[in-house]
Amino acid sequence: MKKLLTTAASIALVSALSISAVAADKLKVGFIYIGPPGDFGWTYQHDQGRQAIDARLGDHAETVFVENVPEGPDAERTITRLARQGAGLIFTTSFGYMDPTLNVAAKFPDVKFEHATGYKRTDNVSTYGARFYEGRYVIGQIAAKMSKSGVAGYIGSFPIPEVVRGINAFLLGAQTVNPDFKLKVVWANSWFDPGREADAAKVLISQGADIITQHTDSTAAVQVAEAQGVYAFGQASDMAAFAPNALLTSIIDNWADYYVDRTQAVLDGSWVSTDTFGGMDTNMVQMGPFVNMPADVKAMAETTTAAITAGELHPFAGPVYKQDGSLAAAEGEVVDLGTLLGMDWYVKGVDDQL
Amino acid sequence: MNKLRKHLELNVQLILEKRPQSSGLMNLFSPLLAIVLTVVVGGLIFAAMGKPPLTALYLYFIDPLTSWWSVEEVLVKAGPLVLIGVGLAVCFKANVWNIGAEGQLTVGALMGAIIPILWGEWQSPLALLAMLCLGALGGALFALIPAWLKTHFGVNEILTSLMLVYIAQLLLDWFVRGPWKDPNGYNFPKSVSFEGWHLLPMWGDGRMHFGLIVSLVAALVLFWIMRHTLKGFEINVVGSAPRAGTFAGFSQTKMVWFCFALSGGLAGLAGLIEVAGPIGQLQPQISPNYGFTAIIVAFLGRLNPLGVIFAGILLAISYIGGEGIQIELGISSKITQMFQGMLLFFILMCDTLILYQLKWISTKPNQPTSGHAS
Repeated sequence: MKKLLTTAASIALVSALSISAVAADKLKVGFIYIGPPGDFGWTYQHDQGRQAIDARLGDHAETVFVENVPEGPDAERTITRLARQGAGLIFTTSFGYMDPTLNVAAKFPDVKFEHATGYKRTDNVSTYGARFYEGRYVIGQIAAKMSKSGVAGYIGSFPIPEVVRGINAFLLGAQTVNPDFKLKVVWANSWFDPGREADAAKVLISQGADIITQHTDSTAAVQVAEAQGVYAFGQASDMAAFAPNALLTSIIDNWADYYVDRTQAVLDGSWVSTDTFGGMDTNMVQMGPFVNMPADVKAMAETTTAAITAGELHPFAGPVYKQDGSLAAAEGEVVDLGTLLGMDWYVKGVDDQL
Repeated sequence: MNKLRKHLELNVQLILEKRPQSSGLMNLFSPLLAIVLTVVVGGLIFAAMGKPPLTALYLYFIDPLTSWWSVEEVLVKAGPLVLIGVGLAVCFKANVWNIGAEGQLTVGALMGAIIPILWGEWQSPLALLAMLCLGALGGALFALIPAWLKTHFGVNEILTSLMLVYIAQLLLDWFVRGPWKDPNGYNFPKSVSFEGWHLLPMWGDGRMHFGLIVSLVAALVLFWIMRHTLKGFEINVVGSAPRAGTFAGFSQTKMVWFCFALSGGLAGLAGLIEVAGPIGQLQPQISPNYGFTAIIVAFLGRLNPLGVIFAGILLAISYIGGEGIQIELGISSKITQMFQGMLLFFILMCDTLILYQLKWISTKPNQPTSGHAS
């Protein structure tokens, strides 16, 4: 019995060691996820990006990921673990990982870090985010065309600038079609809580919204929309499969090109700390197919998308009025980047208080 | 065949019968047995998932202890679990059911954070001491709400303490998004970063902190109290034989107040230690459910403060190990929760079977059924 145990232990030890040995030759790229890849939203798209590294650079790099990492002290430990286990490049894919990422980066100067949606950078910490608000502007226009009640419901996660920016862009888009368009907001206080997201969607529909859009990670809201016969938009990922009749289009986060480029940069030794804020022009924000809508609405959406991609149209071009009626950007001006990044006010017409 | 089954259903019953005397030895070994059962079943589940079971178990339970770095992380994780767990152990021993340690932790963190956020310029060791006191006070006061509801209105404390958790979390949420938001933080829901004497002394790789000593001391002191003082005796008597306690002149009501104040205070202290230690600021989420996991820790430690230390370390290993196999073998993070659930399930099962025995009894259809546990 004792011998059996010893053998078992040594087998376990050897196999554990061999796992680490394989890793030594290739660049190890680590990912920290806030949710599960099976959310079919935010984390799913980051995982698609990870898989793109495997697919395109598989000969030189390998990837590992940790899912469901809470944005607290656990994050710092998990990032440390990836760094200690030899990861040369680590993507931390939620805003709340900002300080943990910086703390770990200070201890591992040779490891490169990429933090999504944050604003603190150092020599070995880059930040990256996407101008999702460009897509929000397009779906806002579609919403105003398709809505009969003139009221849309918006499920927010947390009132951080990125989410507020999306709400504002959506309404600014809608107001170009219908100046009286109304927007109701419900906060789920979570990035991923399908039950609560579904409840929020039901509440908004019962309050008269016949268009649902959301800044949360699951497919719950679009499924509710499908069941209740109202329109919806996919968030982060193409959610058409979950609401074939209700979904008008999706805003798709495309991290794949960025992740492959950054991994290649580490392999080439050309990686430097940068801040990337990509949009439709760099294909980081994509629109899904425009479906379930008349041809003229589709044509309008395509025109707007093309104009934003070409840089001819900025969703926050003036005149932009704040909720209290004060002017945020005059005719001919554009709300500046600093204001966008720290946005803590609603535009006129939002039926909610921050 | 059908007739036979009917016959069986009618005439045989499975009951739990209290054993005439329970084995003291088994009582001691029950947690070990539960751990062994968890490991065995866990291994089978790994095998069923197509992962090498021995490697997985090694990575899960042994690997976290093989390097100093991960041992430190285990201790950092065990710290709050032990600190909350010892308070709950005393509470449960007295048959008082505080399920809301998570909320008390949150309020403790909020109260303690008053100093770095509102009096940021007060830098002295006394500031840190005041933070620790405020943290414990906040947790204790918040825990007294269910105690008051229980003693004055007879409201079930399990429900009230649990529901207050959500209130506490929303309160924290409101503070970090509203009045206590870092003015230079781009509107993100975080307080200012604590600095200087508003942070606990740290050592080692930079994650070991003073709070671990607090946890250890709290466990030792409570062990001594339970073993050697009248209060400890009172808790044991009131918990195991409430009527005898009443005859001895011990007040049930006072016991409820005492238990909630103690366990709430320790949970609040744990919360403050988390924000003044590993986190270093207030943010919407400060605990990965330490307050709930500590319930498992308390039971796994036989409601004995020394046992809680070991149980806390074991649960901490289950977190760290769960993360390890996720990275090495690509196993879902849900496995951690599954292991923790199995552990609690098996320990409750072992405990039940030590005190009771399963017995088949036959009941004649024409006679009144006997043998129901009364």
